[in-house]
Amino acid sequence: MKIHEYQAKDFFTAYGIPTAKGVVCTDSDSCVAAYMHMKSPVVVIKAQVHTGGRGKAGGVKIAKSSIEVKERADEILGMDIKGFTVDRVMVAEGVDIASEYYISFVVDRNTKSVVLIMSREGGMDIEQVAAETPDKIHRISIDPFVGIPDFLARKAAFMLFDDIALVRQAAPLIQNMYKLFVEKDASLVEINPLVVTNDLKVLAIDGKMNFDDNAIYRHPDLEAMFEPTEEEKKEHDAKSKGFSFVHLGGEIGCMVNGAGLAMATMDMIKLYGGEPANFLDIGGSSNPNKVIEAMKLLLSDKEVRVVLINIFGGITRCDDVARGLIEAFKQFKTEIPIVIRLTGTNEKEGREMLKGTSFHSAQTMSEAIIKAVELSKTDKK
Amino acid sequence: MSILIDKNTKLVVQGITGRDGGFHAGKMSSYGTKVVAGTTPGKGGQKTEGFVPIFNTVTEAVQNEGANTSIIFVPAPFVKDAIMEAADAGISLIVCITEGVPTVDVIAARNYALGKGAQLIGPNCPGLISPGKSLVGIMPGNIFKEGSTGVISRSGTLTYEVVYNLTLKGKGQSTAIGVGGDPVVGLYYIELLKMFQDDPNTDSIALIGEIGGDAEEQAAKYIKEHITKPVAVFIAGATAPADKRMGHAGAIISSGSGTAKEKIEAFEAAGVPVAKEPSQIPNLLGK
Repeated sequence: MKIHEYQAKDFFTAYGIPTAKGVVCTDSDSCVAAYMHMKSPVVVIKAQVHTGGRGKAGGVKIAKSSIEVKERADEILGMDIKGFTVDRVMVAEGVDIASEYYISFVVDRNTKSVVLIMSREGGMDIEQVAAETPDKIHRISIDPFVGIPDFLARKAAFMLFDDIALVRQAAPLIQNMYKLFVEKDASLVEINPLVVTNDLKVLAIDGKMNFDDNAIYRHPDLEAMFEPTEEEKKEHDAKSKGFSFVHLGGEIGCMVNGAGLAMATMDMIKLYGGEPANFLDIGGSSNPNKVIEAMKLLLSDKEVRVVLINIFGGITRCDDVARGLIEAFKQFKTEIPIVIRLTGTNEKEGREMLKGTSFHSAQTMSEAIIKAVELSKTDKK
Repeated sequence: MSILIDKNTKLVVQGITGRDGGFHAGKMSSYGTKVVAGTTPGKGGQKTEGFVPIFNTVTEAVQNEGANTSIIFVPAPFVKDAIMEAADAGISLIVCITEGVPTVDVIAARNYALGKGAQLIGPNCPGLISPGKSLVGIMPGNIFKEGSTGVISRSGTLTYEVVYNLTLKGKGQSTAIGVGGDPVVGLYYIELLKMFQDDPNTDSIALIGEIGGDAEEQAAKYIKEHITKPVAVFIAGATAPADKRMGHAGAIISSGSGTAKEKIEAFEAAGVPVAKEPSQIPNLLGK
């Protein structure tokens, strides 16, 4: 889950991480009012959207007077950045920057730990720095039971700064960032750039936080910050019913158990000349109601011409799936052809139950997919 | 032979009185796995329908029944504690089926387990099976066949799909392992490839990867340098859109990296054949 820069900075402030002051506004008049209260004659108006590349898209602008603040805010509010409409901006105090740095904590799959990543090349695309000049990136893997003791925070801070006065500011900042990461179950806490001002203060100018979806259940404060797009809303609704769903746009609706098999089903549909309508993993339980809900979800997409149900029974038993299907199609009267492939736990019972129904039944995956692709084409004329 | 589990595996089921724990304890037992104990705090002294003794703690299961392997079905919020409890009790292999476990919990629990000398598989995985010997997981035992192909996979049901095809072609399996679909899990490709390379009864290896991360790229490099047995690969997610989590928490193309294309190219560059569909794997492994 993503949150906005201003929300990340609120967390920074709560965790003692110094940030440039800013105010969030939803209209240009409030921006001017906020500007009038600020001590800074120069401010930055920043679009608050759940995507990167705001600066390049024209969503970050400098203003030096109340007239400019109003004009810039009017330009940015309502702007479309990569499909996101800007409905909020941050008016941030201008800062005299002496130098810029990069610092983040992120989950690293390979070391299976939280990793502190730092660079003296701040303000840039860190992936580009890592690719072109890997020696300019410092990484420290954190022991989950030790955390970041003072010596380690100091050692890390010395990788960024030579001046002990700056190290003394950066070391607790690093410790606080890590504390924030762990306590809020983040998957990313990033400050880019972290700056040193002309009067030698270490300050977060930007802030980004992403969170572990698996841990949202224990953070009601984060749950309240969830701002889904229309598509994410549908995905989220699906998730609350125990599904993983992603809309793709083709004609063959897929219902599969297991994410890997669902992806392989999509890939094979494409391989055999068809277009998958979606990714849908109905998960590892055997509740018949789930199948009913899954069918409702699939058939709500009017592009769908064929439904392909590919179930390999492990934890999900085929007889339960069959029962769910029979129940679902008592409630749904549809002309859309259904191809079903059941194999695995209790497969014989499952297939037996489907005998005498109007479903197209298949035993292997390629057999089922060839049939579904064929039906998606013949049905078209 | 096989890796990780065999006839000597003595299993304790953590969360045996839950629906899934109970169901699969029965399935594993009827497959032939020595399910020696279950745990549910507060239900110690009782027995399951299948007469498996229930203990309050894993330590009691180890002391009384000699359990050496554990399988975890407890709900996600309690998984970190369950893994640490098993490791503390002296369990050497911990298999966690539960999905939706917070990443920082897995990082901490895995670290603790390693410190106690235990190995972790999962979470969010289907477990593992050494056909004809032992099943520690939720896999449907009937589709597996004793043999000499090792299987490593990030997926559950896709593993079954590949195994089903291997079995159809007469290629049995030495051990098949689902490592789990989360970004951070226990044993992964390189550790398992090494175990299969060292196992005299494994003569070929099927590796099933998917989008997200770069573990497949690292595995490709490792295979080229260290594995002499034939390996065949399938990668799921070639049609997955960027920045969308495809079911598994770890299956996401982010910042343009972790694509199926990169992974397939890495294997091909290492001389490892990549199947276009799961049913091609048996042929790619050779006779």
